[in-house]
Amino acid sequence: MTSKLIKDYFRTDKLPHIWCPGCGHGIMMRSVAQAIHNLGLDKDKVCIVSGIGCSSRAPGYMDFNTLHTTHGRALAFATGVKLARPELEVMVITGDGDCAAIGGNHLIHAARRNINITTIVFNNNIYGMTGGQYSPTTPTNEFGTTAPYGNIDKSFDIPELAGAAGATYTARGTAYHAKQLTKIVENGIKNKGFSLIEGISICPTYYGRKNRKGSIVDMMNWLKDNALDIKVASKLPEEKVKGKFLIGEFKNVTEPEYTEEYMKIIERFQKER
Amino acid sequence: MSRNNVDLRIKEELCKGCRICVEFCPKKVLIMKNEKVKIDDIEKCIKCGLCELRCPDYAIYLGGNDNEKQ
Repeated sequence: MTSKLIKDYFRTDKLPHIWCPGCGHGIMMRSVAQAIHNLGLDKDKVCIVSGIGCSSRAPGYMDFNTLHTTHGRALAFATGVKLARPELEVMVITGDGDCAAIGGNHLIHAARRNINITTIVFNNNIYGMTGGQYSPTTPTNEFGTTAPYGNIDKSFDIPELAGAAGATYTARGTAYHAKQLTKIVENGIKNKGFSLIEGISICPTYYGRKNRKGSIVDMMNWLKDNALDIKVASKLPEEKVKGKFLIGEFKNVTEPEYTEEYMKIIERFQKER
Repeated sequence: MSRNNVDLRIKEELCKGCRICVEFCPKKVLIMKNEKVKIDDIEKCIKCGLCELRCPDYAIYLGGNDNEKQ
């Protein structure tokens, strides 16, 4: 026996999942399922695609049409699914490395096309599955197994990157703010176009240990104390916003959607024939 | 969901002992025992569901008539 949400939307015979104790991914996977439930979508009309990494294990546990693909290519496969079956609600669950490093090019071009795919990035700031190498979202001067003297790279702001490339909906949530994450995933699914939602996760095993972030609860408290809603931030003086990261909705606009434009061309030529 | 019809349930085999539910319970209903979550004082529980919301392993939830019936 388990809760109705888990029983209805998860492959319960696959639980417990492989994620480490305290991993934020489990919380965010639940938020995604809750968002799908809240919108009342038909399970058979939802397709969840993932690449490789800790985050990409998620569709294995979720009871929808699921696709576990090659590293970084989740968006490429998802684009294929969406064009072949435009009636499906296609979602991608990906990680920070999968999305912004190996699949960085797929990300910017999917965003540029504004194809109706909802992408949820489980960002744990590190490559967890392969042993804690630094990723494109590891903050400057922090440590990874491949950055033993500190990371000298600047980190990516994934929602800003996707928004600049043309995504019509971008937002950020955290594993601590699980209810808000559900809400923004709902809005992302409702948006007709490319939606990118970044969920800040916690990785107590690699990122936490390498950077002395304390216990699982300390890391959750860090999310609670350092996340600032964009609506609140706009009313605060600059010194109170400094050093915090923003959560909430960053961009929500309407633009022509790729599969619709594609179908219009097919229709036009069929009429002319 | 009517709150009167639900009660707190634990699925111990799924618990990995991360302590998130114990620490973020607003009424301090839960404790850790042998690296598994246990209910310490159910009388204090207000059935807010924050433990269920933040459990990464789906090991604790508000069960009962409406939430569990299939």
